[in-house]
Amino acid sequence: MSANSHGVGGVAFDPKRRSWPPEANVFIALVAITAVFELLNRFDGGSFLFNMRANVPGLFNQARLDIMILQVAITGIIALGVTQVIILGGIDLSSGSVVGATAMIVMSFAQTALVNGNPNPKAIFGEWAMDLPVIVPIMVGLACGLAAGLINGTLIAYTGIPPFIATLGMMVSARGVARWWSNGQPVSFPTESFANLANGDLLGTLTFGLVHWPGQNPAIVFIALAILFHLILKFTIYGKHTYAIGSNEDAARMSGIKVKSHKVLVYAIAGMCAAVAAIMLTSKNLTAQAGMGVMYELDAIAMAVIGGVSLSGGRGSILGTVLGAAIFSVIISGFTSIRLDAYYQEMVKGAIIVGAVVLDQWRQRRSAARG
Amino acid sequence: MDGDVILRTEGLTKHYGGVHALQGANFELRAGEHVAIMGDNGAGKSTFVRQITAVERRTAGKIWFGGKEVDFENPLEAREAGIETVFQNLALADDLDVPSNLFLGRERIRFNLGPFSILDRRSMRTATVAALEKTAVKIPNLSNTIRNMSGGQRQCVAIARTAAFASKLVIMDEPTAALGVQETAQVENIIRTLKEHGEPLILISHNMRQVFDLVDRIVVFRRGRIVANLRKEETSGQDVVAYITGAKTGPEYADAA
Ligand SMILES: Nc1ncnc2c1ncn2[C@@H]1O[C@H](COP(=O)(O)OP(=O)(O)OP(=O)(O)O)[C@@H](O)[C@H]1O
Ligand SMILES: [Mg+2]
Repeated sequence: MSANSHGVGGVAFDPKRRSWPPEANVFIALVAITAVFELLNRFDGGSFLFNMRANVPGLFNQARLDIMILQVAITGIIALGVTQVIILGGIDLSSGSVVGATAMIVMSFAQTALVNGNPNPKAIFGEWAMDLPVIVPIMVGLACGLAAGLINGTLIAYTGIPPFIATLGMMVSARGVARWWSNGQPVSFPTESFANLANGDLLGTLTFGLVHWPGQNPAIVFIALAILFHLILKFTIYGKHTYAIGSNEDAARMSGIKVKSHKVLVYAIAGMCAAVAAIMLTSKNLTAQAGMGVMYELDAIAMAVIGGVSLSGGRGSILGTVLGAAIFSVIISGFTSIRLDAYYQEMVKGAIIVGAVVLDQWRQRRSAARG
Repeated sequence: MDGDVILRTEGLTKHYGGVHALQGANFELRAGEHVAIMGDNGAGKSTFVRQITAVERRTAGKIWFGGKEVDFENPLEAREAGIETVFQNLALADDLDVPSNLFLGRERIRFNLGPFSILDRRSMRTATVAALEKTAVKIPNLSNTIRNMSGGQRQCVAIARTAAFASKLVIMDEPTAALGVQETAQVENIIRTLKEHGEPLILISHNMRQVFDLVDRIVVFRRGRIVANLRKEETSGQDVVAYITGAKTGPEYADAA
């Protein structure tokens, strides 16, 4: 391979001096922030990540790691869909509410007839909806998310209203559905198979008992979906067109990309991601409440933005969002570990989101100045 | 004679609110013919192109392409019908690399899975190198996004895009506006090759020398109207300038001016 095999016209180019992938910076930030919390904990005689107790085995503070991973997994699943919407040049404010509505509806199809020998006190439907095979609530849930996403996408693509407005409308309406569904009452007592979706040992099943990771199925689903969507965005037409539309919608249209139907597809996928999160969340909590998922959309957007996904579209990656999600979770757990009040946590969370956007704007101005 | 006409427009009109950007354009292009469109800034040249390629919905008028009347719904249909266009704004996606831009909207695939079809990146890359070499452009790294590329490099990517695909009609809207001497010469060579292959071309250009070098016929636009239709042998640079500035108007267009 000659030196110019990367380009045309015989200009010298040294492939070894290629610029870093932007995710590398996010990864460094992740390591740095983790190190800061580790240090802060050490001043206190404790540790953020490591196991300091002699009576517990293991190098790491497993309990904290488990909480961190679980915390990030469910919002992270939403963030995977939101990432694609943002790369497309849109935004989805409805995902938290879609989680709420989907949770209520899913749980109604996942209930068990008898609780401790008595009829289910929270039953929504009659006998016919009791003890259904687990595939039923899953399909119902995915259908809910798909419907919400299709409505979002169709509104945005075919009426031309800004994504912000369309998904804001869905955010309010879907929350309304969640409240109306059972008149504000929680829906509870799922079948064992449904409870196992989140609480079982999926990894153990998948690896025929070689590796066990009980109770962390949301994380496994998150990682699996992250890998799937990362590959899809990188290697398929779907990914190419998503970046192209986010980068320059007019150019995409002039080049013959079916911009409208593609937008509908991306929002539909985002809706289904929210539905998967809802299924995992209800299964984990064994109950559904109308207030579930409040503000999740902002956490998801924050994860993407922290991970380098540009709010102006066209730039970012799933890998970035996964790293952003990790940073997000380290910060939240970090504050808990240094016993910072929850109020402060919210404030700092807000500041981080704004900070990430400012950073993105700054990066854009800098690249515009060069270009 | 009609079988010979590859593109015809009748009364093509576009209004942007109160702006009459294009007024009743009657235009004809014969098989194998190369025609230049000239005119001052804002004369309506690009607007004309945008109506033919269905980038915008025209206000009025009819279009015939390849012998039958067409009403393209969107740019994809125009492209699928065989019209390749280098738009004045280039229509490139800044955040994608060179091969992705070259194949934007018609990616080569390895497995067909509908919208999730797997891209054939290697073959697109090879074809990109081949197409770009025809334009003599120098680009150090094709995997970089085109955001930071020079105006000329971007223009060459847009031109290579039309050169890389078979077509029935090529439209170039100021293709050499940002190009250096060598690249301009190379693009003109591409145009000559099209001529040799009998592919018809509409070239929009402000460059008198280039127009007289390359085309058979010159159509002049002024304030949204066609004011002259001149065979190259029967006209001169001075003449064309007179039509552009309004000092002269073709007799058959007298009512238009
Ligand atoms: N989207 C639009 N909305 C309103 N007016 C427009 C729009 N597009 C073009 N125009 C107007 O239509 C007229 C023709 O514009 P057009 O771009 O066709 O000019 P042109 O002949 O291509 O000029 P140039 O040589 O500068 O490229 C101009 O007066 C322009 O301001
Ligand atoms: Mg123009």
